[in-house]
Amino acid sequence: MSKKNIDNIIALAKDLRWQIGDDYHDSLIESIYADAAEIVNDTVTKDKEKSKFRLDAKIDKIVTSRIWGFPIMLLVLGVVLWLTIIGANYPSSLLAELLLDSIHPVLKNLGTSIGFPWWLNGFLFDGVYLAVAWVIAVMLPPMAIFFPLFTLLEDFGYLPRVAFNMDALFKKSGAHGKQALTMSMGFGCNAAGVVATRIIDSPRERLIAIITNNFSLCNGRWPTQILLATIFIGAVVPKSYSSFASLSAVIGIAVLGIFFMFFFSWALSKTVLKGEVSTFNLELPPYRPPVFWKTIYTSLIDRTLIVLWRAIVFAAPAGAVIWLISNIYIGNESIAAWTVYSLDGFGFLLGLNGVILLAYIVAIPANEIVIPTILMLTVMVRGISGGEGVGVMFELDSVTGTADILRAGGWTLLTAVNVMLFSLLHNPCSTTIYTIYKETNSMKWTVVASILPVIAGFIVTFLVAQVWRILV
Amino acid sequence: MKKSSNSVCDTCAHFNPDGLKKLGIKTSDFDFVVALAGNPNTGKSTVFNALTGLRQHTGNWPGKTVTRAEGAFEYNQQKFKLIDLPGTYSLLSTSEDEEVARNFILFGKPTVTVIVVDASRLERNLNLVLQILEITNKAVLCLNLIDEAERNNIQINTRILAKDLGIPIVPTNARLQKGIPELIQTISELANNKIKCKPRRIKNIPKDIEKAVQELSSALEQEYPAITNSRWIAFRLLEGDTQIIESLESGEILA
Repeated sequence: MSKKNIDNIIALAKDLRWQIGDDYHDSLIESIYADAAEIVNDTVTKDKEKSKFRLDAKIDKIVTSRIWGFPIMLLVLGVVLWLTIIGANYPSSLLAELLLDSIHPVLKNLGTSIGFPWWLNGFLFDGVYLAVAWVIAVMLPPMAIFFPLFTLLEDFGYLPRVAFNMDALFKKSGAHGKQALTMSMGFGCNAAGVVATRIIDSPRERLIAIITNNFSLCNGRWPTQILLATIFIGAVVPKSYSSFASLSAVIGIAVLGIFFMFFFSWALSKTVLKGEVSTFNLELPPYRPPVFWKTIYTSLIDRTLIVLWRAIVFAAPAGAVIWLISNIYIGNESIAAWTVYSLDGFGFLLGLNGVILLAYIVAIPANEIVIPTILMLTVMVRGISGGEGVGVMFELDSVTGTADILRAGGWTLLTAVNVMLFSLLHNPCSTTIYTIYKETNSMKWTVVASILPVIAGFIVTFLVAQVWRILV
Repeated sequence: MKKSSNSVCDTCAHFNPDGLKKLGIKTSDFDFVVALAGNPNTGKSTVFNALTGLRQHTGNWPGKTVTRAEGAFEYNQQKFKLIDLPGTYSLLSTSEDEEVARNFILFGKPTVTVIVVDASRLERNLNLVLQILEITNKAVLCLNLIDEAERNNIQINTRILAKDLGIPIVPTNARLQKGIPELIQTISELANNKIKCKPRRIKNIPKDIEKAVQELSSALEQEYPAITNSRWIAFRLLEGDTQIIESLESGEILA
């Protein structure tokens, strides 16, 4: 076939395009719709009176109403978190008892009996093993409850309603309404949320969604929030209100994150990412009763175990690093101690401490290991020892045990509040940073997305610390 | 993998359950390529999982699948590679996710295209179905979420629908594996040319446009006798679709 003939065909198309005029596209689409209507007329019969969609419409009227939409969203989030907080406590202490109190000494004795030198024994069992055991005990129970609940909501069809409710707010902040969906994904995992921004067509609005996704509290950070709120916030109120108080604190942090997400979306769209807000259609799918056990099973296998595995993979080397920096001495102090002391001053300004800042550096690969890292560093550097020397965690069989270590490490209510804030407002984990780079293909935007939240975190914790110290 | 036997077809002589192997992500050495297309949130990913035995995450919201996922199954010693395309409402506009779907159906040349529709929203879904039928000759309509339609008192006469569209129709409830054996059987028969499709072409087009389309498509057919979707290419040429023009010039569209 010759090039000339193809050119002729293209020229013919051009001619014909002139003849048929501008409304060609619309006419074609109208014909398709007319065809569709014809076919449906012949094949579909429906009994409108009995239609169940009326029930869907009724539910939608309530959950997307101006008055009830937002309270219902908060209530749903509250119930999910409440079940997580209440439910996670018991299995957590059970796991801690098993992995830390029972298995750890056995492993250490085993190491000694087969003639491991002290440093290998310490490195393996006090470093690597303890970090992994901690991650499992602290992380597994809340994840195993939170993820399935979240997945059930997703299957039920609630997420598009959330998007619908928040659309107006996104529009006001100059962002795309579909960002509500990517934001919700971010509550599971920020890396997944960043990938999900592909549903946003406009590059400008997609960048905003990517940069601000980190303000969705991800599953690596929920347990941190829940644990700290349970220990410190729950303790300041009478016991009968304690779970309510800690619950409110966690919701407060999540909502604050959403607030920051809107604020930075707005700020970006008013400055470096100016442009029009694009419109889109969002279909509200029918509510579907989730296939309960299958959902529970798949969310446990696909989400919980994968996230847990990731945490373990990162916790093991982190545990090794922690043990090493706590046991390698420069002069008369360990590397960890030197670092912690030099960060203490800056930490104090932020209402945090050197241990926490070092933990956030060690834990860049995974947010999940922040609390275990803080605990191990506190024990090792602050010299709170259960008897077996540096780098050995003492008995921890419950949340109370965690609380005791943190208090002994100098934590106050302010420290806890600011760690909760800093957990919300700091750099994304390394996986998310890498994902942002892959999705934007731009070093510049990757750096912006990584640095912006840390700066926000420094400012917020600094202000809170100063005000707190003046008032309290 | 243990097969569930929710369907009478599992035990029927027509479907051969022993011939089925869900291969998950092992997509090498396939005999046929099968594309899964459809509107957002019609359960494409659920159908995909049911066919491949994979557990790609599904969720009840539009836009769940942003990239195309691949999987495979084996039936009667033939390997089928399955591509789960992003959900789209149409193939006529230019957003990025629609492009993935359109380019694959047009240039990826799947042996069989499975069009997944939401049975309760047939009319809206037909918009995409009619467009796909202009492009490909071998397609099956997967009338998914049929249970939901029944609960909503919507009855669909699948025989007339199959006749109107000129392709086989399989009602399914993919979440419970209902209709999946029939779907596999139909895909296999289509791939092996045991079923012949006569896909419906869009009618109701204004006369002057129809005339232009015919003129252009016969010119295309004269030039490329092997072409099967000259009408669709004519539609796109009249629209001035630069991608189609380029692919005509490079010859990619006929490869």
